[in-house]
Amino acid sequence: MISLSINGKTHQVDVDPNTPLLWAIREQVGLTGTKYGCGVAQCGACTVHVDGAPVRSCSFPVSAAAGKKITTIEGLAEGGKLNQVQQAWIRHDVPQCGYCQSGMIMAVTALLKEKPKPTDADINAAITNICRCGTFQQVREAIHSISKQSA
Amino acid sequence: MKMNRRSFIISTAAATGGLALGFRLPFGGPGVARAADGSPEVGIWVAIAPNDTVNIRVVRSEMGQGTITGLAQLVAEELECNWSKVRIEYPTPGESLKRKRAWGEFSTGGSRGIRESHQYVRQGGAAARTMLIQAAANQWGVPVAECTAANSVVTHGPSKRTLRYGQVAEAAARLEVPKDVKLKDPKDWKIVGKPIKRLDTADKVNGKMTYGIDLKMPGMLNAAIKECPVFGGKLKSFDAAKVEGMKGVKKVVQVGDNAVAVVAETWWVAKSALDALPIVWDEGDNAKVSSATIAEQLKAGLDADQAFVGNQNGNAKDALAGAAKKVEAVYAYPYQNHACMEPMNITVRYTPEKCEAWGPTQNGEGAFAAVLAASGLPADKVDVYKTMLGGGFGRRGAYPNDYVTQAVLIAKQMPGTPIKLLWSREEDMQHGRYHPVMQCKLVGGLDSSGNLTGLHMRISGQSILAAVRPEVVQAQKGRDPLSFQGVFESGEHAFSYTVPNLLIDHAMRNPHVPPGFWRGVNINQNAIFIECFMDELAEAAGQDALEFRRKLLANNPRGWGVLKAAADKIGWGKPAPKGRYRGISVLKAFNSYVAGAAEISVTGGNKVKVHRLVGATDPGYAVNTAQIERQVAGSFVYGLSALFFQECTVKDGRIEQSNFHDYNSMRIAQMPRVESIIMPTGGEVWGGIGEPTICVAAPAVLNAFYRATGKRLRTVPLKNHGVEMV
Repeated sequence: MISLSINGKTHQVDVDPNTPLLWAIREQVGLTGTKYGCGVAQCGACTVHVDGAPVRSCSFPVSAAAGKKITTIEGLAEGGKLNQVQQAWIRHDVPQCGYCQSGMIMAVTALLKEKPKPTDADINAAITNICRCGTFQQVREAIHSISKQSA
Repeated sequence: MKMNRRSFIISTAAATGGLALGFRLPFGGPGVARAADGSPEVGIWVAIAPNDTVNIRVVRSEMGQGTITGLAQLVAEELECNWSKVRIEYPTPGESLKRKRAWGEFSTGGSRGIRESHQYVRQGGAAARTMLIQAAANQWGVPVAECTAANSVVTHGPSKRTLRYGQVAEAAARLEVPKDVKLKDPKDWKIVGKPIKRLDTADKVNGKMTYGIDLKMPGMLNAAIKECPVFGGKLKSFDAAKVEGMKGVKKVVQVGDNAVAVVAETWWVAKSALDALPIVWDEGDNAKVSSATIAEQLKAGLDADQAFVGNQNGNAKDALAGAAKKVEAVYAYPYQNHACMEPMNITVRYTPEKCEAWGPTQNGEGAFAAVLAASGLPADKVDVYKTMLGGGFGRRGAYPNDYVTQAVLIAKQMPGTPIKLLWSREEDMQHGRYHPVMQCKLVGGLDSSGNLTGLHMRISGQSILAAVRPEVVQAQKGRDPLSFQGVFESGEHAFSYTVPNLLIDHAMRNPHVPPGFWRGVNINQNAIFIECFMDELAEAAGQDALEFRRKLLANNPRGWGVLKAAADKIGWGKPAPKGRYRGISVLKAFNSYVAGAAEISVTGGNKVKVHRLVGATDPGYAVNTAQIERQVAGSFVYGLSALFFQECTVKDGRIEQSNFHDYNSMRIAQMPRVESIIMPTGGEVWGGIGEPTICVAAPAVLNAFYRATGKRLRTVPLKNHGVEMV
C-alpha cells in the first residue's frame, strides 16, 4: 500500500511501486481529469503538481509521490471557486477539444506561482505542452490577461 | 451548461455508484417523444423543459471544432429562444435509425458539420417556434398572426399577454410539425454570425469533461492491444501463460487475425502485461517495403503514360513544347499520423441480447455499423453513445473504425463485462490511417511576355478512396476525384486559376500503408505543389508573385478577394521589417475560398521564426466568428507542425516513429501571431471552416523561406533539410 495525498485527501493505493503516478491517479483514485497523452513526458497532458512543482505524472513513479502533496486539476478550485487560470480559460474560451487543457492549466498555474507576470519568453520556456488543436494563441492571451488583472 | 447525453449520464451514474446501465429510453411515451430529462420534443431538433431549458439535438460530433455551438446557434436563431438556457443533447444512431434516420447524417468530417446541415437544423428551429406560437395562440384563443416570439417568450400583441416556451411546450409537442417554414434573412440574424462563446468550455477547465478514455462502469475491465506492426501481417502465436499469472490480469485474447489483447483490472496492468507477452507475427511480404521502395514506386508514376485526368483544357503538352521558357520542379509529401491527443479508445459491453459502445467517434452511424458487423447482432440490439473526442482530425471517422471493431471482438470473448480498449500512444502512432504519400512533377510554360501559357501538374501517389471507398473509384473508372482537392475541374475543390492549356493528372500508386482522411486531406500537398510552383513561375516570368496570380485569377473574384486581403494585411508590396520575408498562397477547399500570407525570418540559414501568419477565408457565411478565428489558428498549428516536423517513415513494412519524441508537434514558443480575416460574401453555397485554411500556411511559409534564403524547399518535412522552427 502506498499512501497518496491528493487534493487534500489521503488515498491508500495498492499498486506496483513503479506504476506511473498518472495511472494511480486515474485508475486507483478515480480522478480522470489528468490525461494520458504519450507516456514518455513529451506532451504534458498528465501534468500535476507534486509539492507545488509541475510534474509529468506519466513518467513519475507512484512510490516517489508517497508522502508528498499532490494537486490535480480537480483540486485547483478553492471553496468551489475556480482559480485565476481556470477563470481566464473560460473568459478567453481557450479549450478546443480540451483534452490537453488539464495539463496546460496545471503548467500555467505553476508558472504563475513562480512568476506572476511572465514575459512571452517566460511562457515559451515554461509551457512546453502539446496541443494538437492549436490553442496556443488563446493560451498566451489568457495568461497575459491574468497578469494585467493582478497589476 | 451540462452536456446532457446519455453517455455522460451513464458515466456520472457509474462514478457515484448509483444507477444501473439500463436506463429508460427517452423516446416514446403517450404520444410525445421526450428528451433524456423528460422534456417534450417540439419537432425533432428541440425539446423544451418547463423551466425553459432548451435541449438542442446535435448528431455531428464535437471534437474541438465548435460544431455543437455553431449548430445550436443556427437552431436557436430560428427558435427565438433564450441562448443562456440552451444545452446540447446527442441522439444516438440507434434512436435515429428507429426513426428513419430522422436527424440525418452523423458523419463529422470534410468540414461538413455546419455547411451541410444548416438548412434542416434551421428549419427545425423555425418549425418548433411555429408550434410554440400556435400552442400559445390556441391557449389564448387568438389568431396566430397576432402573436410573436422572442427570447423564449410568446407575446400576444393586442393584449400584451405572454407565455414562456416552457409553459406551452407540452401543448406544442402535440401539434403537427409544419413542413413549410420560412427561414430568416441572414441580415436579421441575432445569434448566428456573432462571436459567441462555446457551450462546452466549463467542464474542460476543471477535469469534469468525460472523454472516452475516462469512462467508468461497474465491473468494467481494461484492454491493451498490439496489432501486427507490419500492415497486412497476421498474428501467428502468443504465449499467454507467461503473463496470465500477473496480478490483475484477467485474460489474454486473440483479436481478429492480426492482433492480441490483454484484459486486466487496470489499463496500466494490461499494458505492462502486453509488453511482457511473447508474440510471434507472420509479417508477410509487406515486410520488404521501405520508404525508399515507396519513393521509387511513386517516382515511376511521375512520367508514367497512364494517369487519371482531374482537370484539363486546351492542349498543355503542345503549349509546353512551344513555350519560350519552361520551368520544371518535383515536390514530395510524406505519410503523416493524426496524433490526436487522446489515443484511440472505446468501451464496449456485449451480451447475446445487446451490444453497446461508448466513446469518441466522428461518425456515430459509422461506429454503429462497425458494432453491428462485429457483434453479429441485429440493428435493434446495437447502439453507440458518443463522448467528447480528444481530437479527431479525420482519424475517428467511419474509415476504418478499427478500434471499434477490435473492442467488440474482445468484448464478445467476455460477455456481460464492459471492456474499455485503449491504445498506447505507440500503437496509435504505428497503426494510423496516414496522410497519403505523394510526389508531384510540375512543368509550366511561359511566353516571351511572361504569360503562363501551359501547365502540366502530374501527381503520383496514394489514393484514400481506393482504400476506403473503392466503389467511388470504380464508378469513376479508376479515378479518385479527391486526389485533386484544390486543383479539380469543378466543385468544392475547384482549381483557382485559369490557364489556357492545362493538364492535371494523377498516376495512382498505392503502397501497403493504409491511408486516411487527415485534416484538410489532399489540399495539404496540393496547395504546396501548386502554390510554391506559382511562385517559381512568377520568378521565372520576372513578375511579382501577387501580380502574377492576379492575372490568372481573373475568373475567380472570390479567390482573388481573399488573396488580396491576406496580401494587404501582411503588407505585401511595402517594405518588410528588417530581416523579415513574406510569402502568399491561395486555394479553394471545402467550398471556402482561403488565402494565407506569412512573414518570417531565418537565422543561420536554417532557423525559421514565423512571426505572423494571416489567414483570410470566405466561407460564404460565418456562423461564429470567434470560433472561426480559433479554427484558423488551430489549422495553422496542425499544418505547420506537419510542414516542419512530421513524417512517418517505413522500414521493414512498418512505421518507424512511435511517439512525440520522433513525431514532434508545435509548442507555444513556435506559435506565430495569427491574424484572421473573415470575409463571407454570401451566396447559395456554404463553405467549411475546420479544414480549408490548413493548406495555405505551408506554401506561404515556404515561399517566404525562398525569399529569405534563395533556397526552394520542395519536400516535407523541413527537418529533413536541417531546417528548424524556432
